[in-house]
Amino acid sequence: MSAPGRPRIAYRRRASPLHATRGTVVGAYCAAISVAALMTEHPLLLGSLLATVLCAGAAAGDGPQLLRALRRSAIPLFALSVAVNLLVSRQGLTVFARLGDWGALGQVNLTLEALVCGAVFALRLLVVGLACVLAVCAADPDQLLGSFRRLSPRVALSATLALRLVPVLAADASRLAEAQRCRPGARGRSPGARERLAVLRATVAGALERSLDVAAVLEMRGYPSPRRAARKLGARSRHDLAFAASAGAIALAALACALDGVARFHAYPLVSAPLDPAVVALALALPAIALAPFLDRAGIEP
Amino acid sequence: MSILTFERVSYSYPGAAAPALRDVSLSVDPGEFCVVAGLSGSGKSTLLRAACGLVPHFHGGSFGGTVLTAGLDTRVHSPAEIGAHAGTLLSDPETQVVMASVRAEISFALENRGLAAAAVARSVEETALALGIADLLDRSTDELSGGELQRVALAGALAAGPELVLLDEPTSQLDPVAGDELIWQLRRLNQECDTAVVLVEQRLERCLGAADRVLAMSGGEVVCDRDPGGFLEWAAEHQPALQTPGARVFADAGLRPLPSGVKQARALLRREGLLHDAQELGAGQAGPARAGSGEAGSGEAGPGEAGPGVRRAPVRRRKGPRGSGEAGPVLQMRGVWHELRDGPAILRGVDLRLDGGEAVVLMGRNGAGKSTLLRHAGGLMSPTRGRVQLHGELALLLQNPGDLFVHERVRDEASLDALRELGLEALADRHPRDISGGQRQRLALAVVLGGERAPGAIALDEPTRGMDREAKRRLATWLSARAREGALVLVATHDCEFAVEFATRAVLLARGRVIADGHVGEVLGGGRYFTTESARILGGAAGAVRVEEAAALLRARREEASGVGSLPATGRLAEIDDLAGAGR
Repeated sequence: MSAPGRPRIAYRRRASPLHATRGTVVGAYCAAISVAALMTEHPLLLGSLLATVLCAGAAAGDGPQLLRALRRSAIPLFALSVAVNLLVSRQGLTVFARLGDWGALGQVNLTLEALVCGAVFALRLLVVGLACVLAVCAADPDQLLGSFRRLSPRVALSATLALRLVPVLAADASRLAEAQRCRPGARGRSPGARERLAVLRATVAGALERSLDVAAVLEMRGYPSPRRAARKLGARSRHDLAFAASAGAIALAALACALDGVARFHAYPLVSAPLDPAVVALALALPAIALAPFLDRAGIEP
Repeated sequence: MSILTFERVSYSYPGAAAPALRDVSLSVDPGEFCVVAGLSGSGKSTLLRAACGLVPHFHGGSFGGTVLTAGLDTRVHSPAEIGAHAGTLLSDPETQVVMASVRAEISFALENRGLAAAAVARSVEETALALGIADLLDRSTDELSGGELQRVALAGALAAGPELVLLDEPTSQLDPVAGDELIWQLRRLNQECDTAVVLVEQRLERCLGAADRVLAMSGGEVVCDRDPGGFLEWAAEHQPALQTPGARVFADAGLRPLPSGVKQARALLRREGLLHDAQELGAGQAGPARAGSGEAGSGEAGPGEAGPGVRRAPVRRRKGPRGSGEAGPVLQMRGVWHELRDGPAILRGVDLRLDGGEAVVLMGRNGAGKSTLLRHAGGLMSPTRGRVQLHGELALLLQNPGDLFVHERVRDEASLDALRELGLEALADRHPRDISGGQRQRLALAVVLGGERAPGAIALDEPTRGMDREAKRRLATWLSARAREGALVLVATHDCEFAVEFATRAVLLARGRVIADGHVGEVLGGGRYFTTESARILGGAAGAVRVEEAAALLRARREEASGVGSLPATGRLAEIDDLAGAGR
């Protein structure tokens, strides 16, 4: 059984402006933050975007999920990216450690520039990854699938099946693991690699049966019907408009910044990240634009 | 024109040695409420799957004959097309729900059929109101309890306003309250909207009162097709395992006709002068077991405590056969709390002392904390407050016996000695998933019991799900035998009829608290939902909760009424007590 009370990285409707926004707009909002992170290399702007996505997650009530993702995946990935770049990059002039001859890797010197370059790359990954986690936690998957279905029914069918099976199989695996703890001799000790493998094998074996059950239900509810799904009722809410405007503004700001070349950044041969007033202004403006829609808390019941 | 017609339908699953359906012919009229009965493996679920088109489209195999559902030939039309006319609900709610929110789940089928948005919205609201789930509409489906999930799945099947609803054991995972509610919602739908219902159900006592007609299946054939009364007469003669407890009480007491529900049974008894309403209403409410107590009630509180002027049935209290406690308790819980982080408390200060030789049933609604309590007993969870003390080994079998099996052969799952003890040595080379439900249950028991030392306690969580009456009876006998050998038997179940077959003590939980704890006759005899059909018929008189006890009581009353009996009623009641003791 999974530890009770642990924040699951999954959609859950909460009382927040972001959750009161339709799924497609939430997707666009998170995509805008990701695009902005991919279009800039300046560490100050990336730091600003990281703070933005964390604050947006906290304002939406999904802070624990984001922190969990940060702790479990993002930070290890960050460390790995930095370490790999540090060991592999031969560029940079400011050597801070000489590790000698590493055989196939040759002479390994660690440089400040390689460290910064790796950190910037990892920071981009971090922002994009956390924006995706925010989208998973805040975008209603049913609305997203409904939109997808109008574009491609087959893709939507596969996505629905996969989305539904993830929690079902996770629950199966959890139950199987718990049942194994009821075997004589298994109580009071953690399962070994063999037991874990047996549980994994049984879960995979059960996946086919489970997917057949879910597919049968989809079939009986007319999912493969060739009829086009009806568009949902309802005008766009104030939150839809606010977050859509925010997403557009973030994307435009990032695009303008990239085209104008304001936020210049070079890691090699020496680190260069000039702090122009425009960059500082943008670093302050991006969170303000992104977080402004959270101030309107009207009509946000879960 | 019939809404559902089977014409000489035979069907075999791919690779199966024997056909699942043999030459089945039947028809269901619009607005009919039809219950399908039968032992495990009799072909009930396959019949339903053939009606909704999953057989043969989804399962393959060899199919002969014709099935017309709402006039659509299932060989020609897909399950999706048939689904527009026939809503289907299978037994596992977890795989019946496919969307993330309740509103999206109910509107799913409607949107797929291309209904206008306004029609979808209206239908969702109306269906939710009809099934009493309007307050769930904006909830996530993964937050729902089993009962809520089943009702949401039913709403999904009903939203499109089908002319026919096909249901495969929809109450198997529900507590008695939720199960009864679901059946009555179906009856209401049937009466108010003229929707035909075909319901496969193991606990017939729950639904026969609502049914117009019963189909009994055996070996893939329809062997009986009659009204509920006619079916009960047929079952009494040909397949006693399908009889409802109420019908068995009447049959054993020599009364006719056999009743299909509590209301009919009470009316018949009243007519015969065998029901003393004022007396038994009081008896049913009397003798509350010790509430919230850690120590089990001794059964001394009696029905004689009711108001003045009410004549009580002279009840001799059975002394609880629980262990004397000389050797100390096998399992003791002291102030056990289980509180979720950022969530509610599942157990709230549970005090419980369970001795060797006791057969204890743990009851309560879905979410009352039964499974959590068993997990604490088995050491799978630790209390956030309080203490759990277990003396000796406890063999814990969780809800799905199949979860224990991770090997390819039965012999690899448990030792040969354990297999032999449970009569499974002949199956040693079979795959665990290829054996029947009852055999699977026994194999799971063999796995958890297969340690070096015999466990001092056996705990089972909902062991009767999907079991037919015969398999339940065998399991109850086995559990009683283990208790007689001195083991503590602790079983969480919603099945009151099964509970009274083995248990000597009942513990009722509500919202994580023990609200009643005492002799099974007291706790279950005084209830409305958490009680047996026999007790409901007799209003809990004389603490008669088992069929044999209720039948003996009725025989005594008949003899008393006709002045034939050699024993006075009190003597008969002593006989009932002896009977109860022997059965346990």
